Amino acid sequence: MASLGIRGVTKRFGALAVLENIDLDVEPGEFIVLVGPSGCGKSTLLAMIAGLETPSAGEIRIGGRVVNDVPPKDRDIAMVFQSYALYPTMTVRQNITFGMESRRVPRAQQDAAVARVAALLQIETLLRRRPAQLSGGQRQRVAMGRALVRDPALFLFDEPLSNLDAKLRIEMRTEIKKLHQRLGKTTVYVTHDQVEAMTLASRIAVMHRGRVQQFDRPRIVYERPANMFVAGFMGAPAMNFLAAEVVIADGRPALVLSEGAKSAPLPVPPVGPGVMLRAGRRVVLGIRPETLADAARPHLEPGSAHAVLDGIVEVVEPTGPETMVVVRLGGREVVARFDPDAAPTVGERVSLGVDLAKACLFDPDSERLI
Amino acid sequence: MADLAVHDPLAGAGTWRRTRARLGVHLALGAFALYYLVPFAVVVLNSFRSLDDIGRHGLLAIPTSFSVAHWATTWNTLCVSGGCAGIAPFFWNSLEMAIPATLISTAFGAVNGYVLSKWRFPGSEALFLLITLGVFMPGQMVLLPWAITLGHLGLSNSIAGLVLIHCVQGLSFTTLFCRNYYINIPDELIRAARIDGAGFWRIFRRIVLPLSPPILIVTVIWQFTGIWNEFLFGVTFSSGTHQPITAALIGLSAAGTSVHQYNVESAAVLIGAAPPLLIYLLGGRYFVRGLTQGAVK
Repeated sequence: MASLGIRGVTKRFGALAVLENIDLDVEPGEFIVLVGPSGCGKSTLLAMIAGLETPSAGEIRIGGRVVNDVPPKDRDIAMVFQSYALYPTMTVRQNITFGMESRRVPRAQQDAAVARVAALLQIETLLRRRPAQLSGGQRQRVAMGRALVRDPALFLFDEPLSNLDAKLRIEMRTEIKKLHQRLGKTTVYVTHDQVEAMTLASRIAVMHRGRVQQFDRPRIVYERPANMFVAGFMGAPAMNFLAAEVVIADGRPALVLSEGAKSAPLPVPPVGPGVMLRAGRRVVLGIRPETLADAARPHLEPGSAHAVLDGIVEVVEPTGPETMVVVRLGGREVVARFDPDAAPTVGERVSLGVDLAKACLFDPDSERLI
Repeated sequence: MADLAVHDPLAGAGTWRRTRARLGVHLALGAFALYYLVPFAVVVLNSFRSLDDIGRHGLLAIPTSFSVAHWATTWNTLCVSGGCAGIAPFFWNSLEMAIPATLISTAFGAVNGYVLSKWRFPGSEALFLLITLGVFMPGQMVLLPWAITLGHLGLSNSIAGLVLIHCVQGLSFTTLFCRNYYINIPDELIRAARIDGAGFWRIFRRIVLPLSPPILIVTVIWQFTGIWNEFLFGVTFSSGTHQPITAALIGLSAAGTSVHQYNVESAAVLIGAAPPLLIYLLGGRYFVRGLTQGAVK
């Protein structure tokens, strides 16, 4: 187990800055997920932690030791790749022992390590096969085995599940989580899948355009996203954004939606400490679909800050456990979550209950959480 | 639903039409094969005929005599290039030249290709471009530079000199072949091996080389055939007993001292053409496979 420290790390390819001034501090035993859309720099950051790329500026520490100039093999890391990167001409056993062979680990020790890992991953029966003779899920296991056998200070995963079909992906996700709970190794995991990020991480670093947008626990990232990018990226369907303006009603600040949707002034969602909302300030109201639901559904606690908005149903999308309904509120379309039993039909007029205690306010110019 | 009148030439409707089409294709192919094989057959037949037979009936005739003796004469006692030890010494010269030159140029091509695809450095693409330019450079252009180089190295008129020339001249092709093959090996394999602690040579030996047989077979066949059949450098930079077989064969037609011994000369030409032919017969299957096989997945 080791800590990982990233200080002011920047990566430029020519004039193009892929990563800018990244700071991350990972505690020993943590499971960190780097998540973001493709091109956000997450894989480059992982490659630099692995030593496969060198930072243009900044410092990377593993277990307190600066590793900028340490080659990959001496960083005490193991990595699982998106394509699994199994050596095609070697058997599963040889794939697993290749690293130990390179490090001249004695034969008996190698055999013991293979036996331990094979048992852990239940791949004992596959040891003599070649990668081409394995299914996708089996290859994934072998790739993990190759990483586990090293017993490293730091595990790195580069989108390890993205080549698996949906069902297997969920199974392997659970298994990775189990493994981490069992071994407790510091792990950095790259994915573009926000569900993987939410389910696996002890802390999530949401990345966009070469910067860390937010680095926090999954629940905080979801409930109090640092900005509109994070709010829109985490969660599916995405958060609804409605333009609004602050008014003073009964001596207290309240919100009036800017586009259509006439309603009584809405209560103000929680804002950061010390924030004073002045009348006339323009804001963006962020509402997650699950907090924007059938007004008749008992998701609104009595006494909580809530409001009711009326709109016309445009699209109905059943997903099974719930039905997502696209509703036109004045000039804006929003997605709301309905119980399948109570789902409306297209063209119907519905009342949506908004739980403003769980809504967010953003500044329209800086796009940051207020 | 309306009947979709799609014409499928292979579907149902009379096996006769299909047979006729097949027949046409095979006849055309047969005609081409004949066109290419007749000259070869003439040479083969003439190598077994007596001079008398050839003189009386001409080069293009059904043999009326048969003897393998001319092959022995050709191999052992034919007078070429100032000696009368037959074609054998020149055959061995060619082997002595082609085998090392093939192996060395292929080995260098593999390492070059490995570096230029998996260990790129600033300028490596430009370097690759420069190396491949050699593919398009006519041999005549480099005759003079090679003459000077061989002179300086003291390798004029020697097999070693020809080996050197073919190693260097072959690098463009072998590098091109191997680099374009290795570029399809996923980079993640190399990265994984680096994290596993393997270095430059270990990755080459344990990961890249075991994936290489298809392209190495192609390269070896290409190089061996090219070097064996090469003629310009052989004629220019060797003489007398140091000539490769292709250069020595020229001596036959240029001799002009006596009447042409067509039977013996035919046998000599066939002996000269045999090794590349044999290599194609043995490895041709792999050759086609290696050229068409791209990704290593």
